[in-house]
Amino acid sequence: MQTIHTDIAIVGAGGAGLRAAIAVAEVDPTLKIALISKVYPMRSHTVAAEGGAAGVIKGNDSFDNHFHDTVAGGDWLCDQDAVDLFIHEAPRELTRIEHWGCPWSREPDGQVAVRPFGGMKVERTWYAADKTGFHLLHTLFQTSLKYPSIERFDEYFSTDLIVIDGRCHGVTAIEMRTGQVHLFRSKCVIIATGGAGRVFPFTTNGAIKTGDGMAMAYRAGVPLKDMEFVQYHPTGLPGTGILITEGSRGEGGILVNKDGYRYLQDYDLGPPDPWPRKKAMELGPRDRLSQAFWHEQKKGRTISTDYGDVVHLDLRQLGEAKINERLPMVRELSSSYIGVDPVYEPIPVRPVVHYTMGGIDTDVDAATSVEGLYAAGECACVSINGANRLGSNSLTELLVFGARAGRGAAKFAMCGVAETNDQQIQAAAQAAEDRILQLFRRTGGTESVSGLRRDMNDAMEAGAGIYRSEDTLQACTETLQQIRERYKDVLLTDKSNVFNTDLIGALELGSMIDVAAAMACSALQRKESRGSHQRLDHPERDDAAYLKHSLAHYSATGLPNIDYCGVMITRSQPAERVYGGAQE
Amino acid sequence: MSERVIELDILRYDPEQDEAPHFQTYTVPYRDDWVVLDAINYVKDELDCTLSYRWSCHMAVCGSCGMIVNGEPVLACHAFLRDYPQKIRIEPLQNFPVERDLVVVMDDFMDKLSSVKPYLVAREEKDVDDGEYLQTPAELAQFKQYTACINCLLCYSACPQYALTESFVGPAALALAHRYNLDSRDVGRSVREDVVASNSGIWECSFVGACSEVCPKTVDPAAAIQQTKIASTGDYFLKFLMPWKRQ
Repeated sequence: MQTIHTDIAIVGAGGAGLRAAIAVAEVDPTLKIALISKVYPMRSHTVAAEGGAAGVIKGNDSFDNHFHDTVAGGDWLCDQDAVDLFIHEAPRELTRIEHWGCPWSREPDGQVAVRPFGGMKVERTWYAADKTGFHLLHTLFQTSLKYPSIERFDEYFSTDLIVIDGRCHGVTAIEMRTGQVHLFRSKCVIIATGGAGRVFPFTTNGAIKTGDGMAMAYRAGVPLKDMEFVQYHPTGLPGTGILITEGSRGEGGILVNKDGYRYLQDYDLGPPDPWPRKKAMELGPRDRLSQAFWHEQKKGRTISTDYGDVVHLDLRQLGEAKINERLPMVRELSSSYIGVDPVYEPIPVRPVVHYTMGGIDTDVDAATSVEGLYAAGECACVSINGANRLGSNSLTELLVFGARAGRGAAKFAMCGVAETNDQQIQAAAQAAEDRILQLFRRTGGTESVSGLRRDMNDAMEAGAGIYRSEDTLQACTETLQQIRERYKDVLLTDKSNVFNTDLIGALELGSMIDVAAAMACSALQRKESRGSHQRLDHPERDDAAYLKHSLAHYSATGLPNIDYCGVMITRSQPAERVYGGAQE
Repeated sequence: MSERVIELDILRYDPEQDEAPHFQTYTVPYRDDWVVLDAINYVKDELDCTLSYRWSCHMAVCGSCGMIVNGEPVLACHAFLRDYPQKIRIEPLQNFPVERDLVVVMDDFMDKLSSVKPYLVAREEKDVDDGEYLQTPAELAQFKQYTACINCLLCYSACPQYALTESFVGPAALALAHRYNLDSRDVGRSVREDVVASNSGIWECSFVGACSEVCPKTVDPAAAIQQTKIASTGDYFLKFLMPWKRQ
């Protein structure tokens, strides 16, 4: 096994990983950085974010507004010290990206423009048309090329963290071109591998979002926090799950049921007029909108299609010019993939799994409980998102906490790390390689990767969807445990060392099974309804018992153990979430 | 009524086993709303898990799934089965070495992309606390089109000049350099010039325009290259007319 010596290994080269790498390079250009990713940086799923990134910049807005929108949006499960830090650093980070060339959309006078998003009292979402994540990712990637200390390892699939006596010493990864396993020996590691939407069958998430980094940290002993909170975005295209940005409602789009009725007024989000207006109707938070769809469906007021029931997102009143200027990608996606031009027809949409609020448990400096191990972006849980993330906070989050992870790791690497027994590190790396080789060389086996993945997906959709209950979650965890057993008998047909996606797919599936179990078990234990976690058998929020973060601890043999830690409340006491007319 | 099916002829190549690439035929169900990528995923999941290819977003923005479908470079996630005949031939992108099956080696492209210094060289250094650089919508419109490149490599696959001359910097990288050169916040044109205006840069382009025809994001790299030629020529003459003026 080849050993690559570096100071800081970063796993994942999307928005958070790139931002972290640049932060390290700026703190100390002599620190060697290995930026490791299973895909080329510009393929990372940050690329698919559409609507924008939140940061207070305009005179009519305030930090207080951003704070309260975020905390209430998260149903008071956010750590308020983290939120405060986040909202204050947000404008500087977004401005920095502007200085690096991000083509933000502009006001006539040349200032950066903002648009409204769901759950926001004042419009504060910076946007680059409806391709914000794309532009942000490419700006970061292109800027990263300035720094010679950032060495990229594209298409290296990370498998295991090397943790000895509570300290991280590096990571092992498969070079996909050759199949060789390498040890990245480093003073610290930053995980920035994104979310795990692919554990569900219907998701906006790209194929690569399989929770590898989450699972890697989890297996290394870091708990996964608040995994029961999975965000359904209310507007995905049926069939493919392609995201239609919340920006389309921010610009004035409306949602109607099969009768052409703006049904959100029946779910504490009305009255419908005047429209558009903030924190009401279609600009309510994502959890409420997705839940309203579920109720409409139960009432038989949705529209049935070959790909499940839908409602209509109607943008026609915006007119062609505005749609072309502000939402060109929405028009293109809808026209190509379902043959509906939103200038002339309403777009059929349904709720779709979009974002994992939970993730690797970190503090506000992106540090985990393992010394020298950091995490940032969607794979991490700081927690600023609580029980429901506010739309357009996640792009900002990966900048703010990506940068903090980079600075924290740089400081850690610079202050002279004590030597550790090299033999122990080599032995741990060897064990990781052996595990991969064992899987790779296995013959026989009766379970296919695609078959197991489908069963896992189905179990999650049936058991841990928008609404859950004791029965469905219990069945889901049992099925997942069976799938975990069946996985031991997985069949690997491809025996080539070169770009073996059969092997990578099997490793990704292993990660997803672990992450799915953390989600389902955390959801089973939380006997209340809060934000995106809705229990039919426990419909009320229960602050006395559950105003706390869940922590799922990995178990090599069975389902995870769940315990809890406190929520940091500083200046906003839990209250009722109020949207629509009642808040005005 | 039996379900309609189509045939995919997919180019296979495993350097560890095959002396040369060969086609393998798969029969897959036809669905009116499927893209070629859906059909390939069907092969992977149901018929042959050894098939290797890249994909992720399935919405034409990550740029992973460029391949040759019936002779044309396309994104597999944006090429609909309904637009093709009963039999579809699928090959890896041209002008790149094949790593395995539909996966090409893209090192050369990555090197070229970074060679043009595709990052902002600021007109004036400004602290983030002093806010953003102002840029009017008209100034943004000057270069916006050239920011849309998703690095899918279709233009390199289509480019006859890149096929002939491997050193050619190529359409996407030159378009990206042009994007920064046109940005009102940028003054980096002179530092990009040594690559952009070199013998391997814009002057290598013979203006066939195939790059712009296949671009799935209508970036129009051919136009970017022609505009750069004009700007570069201007620089060249200015050097004689006004030698005191820094480029």
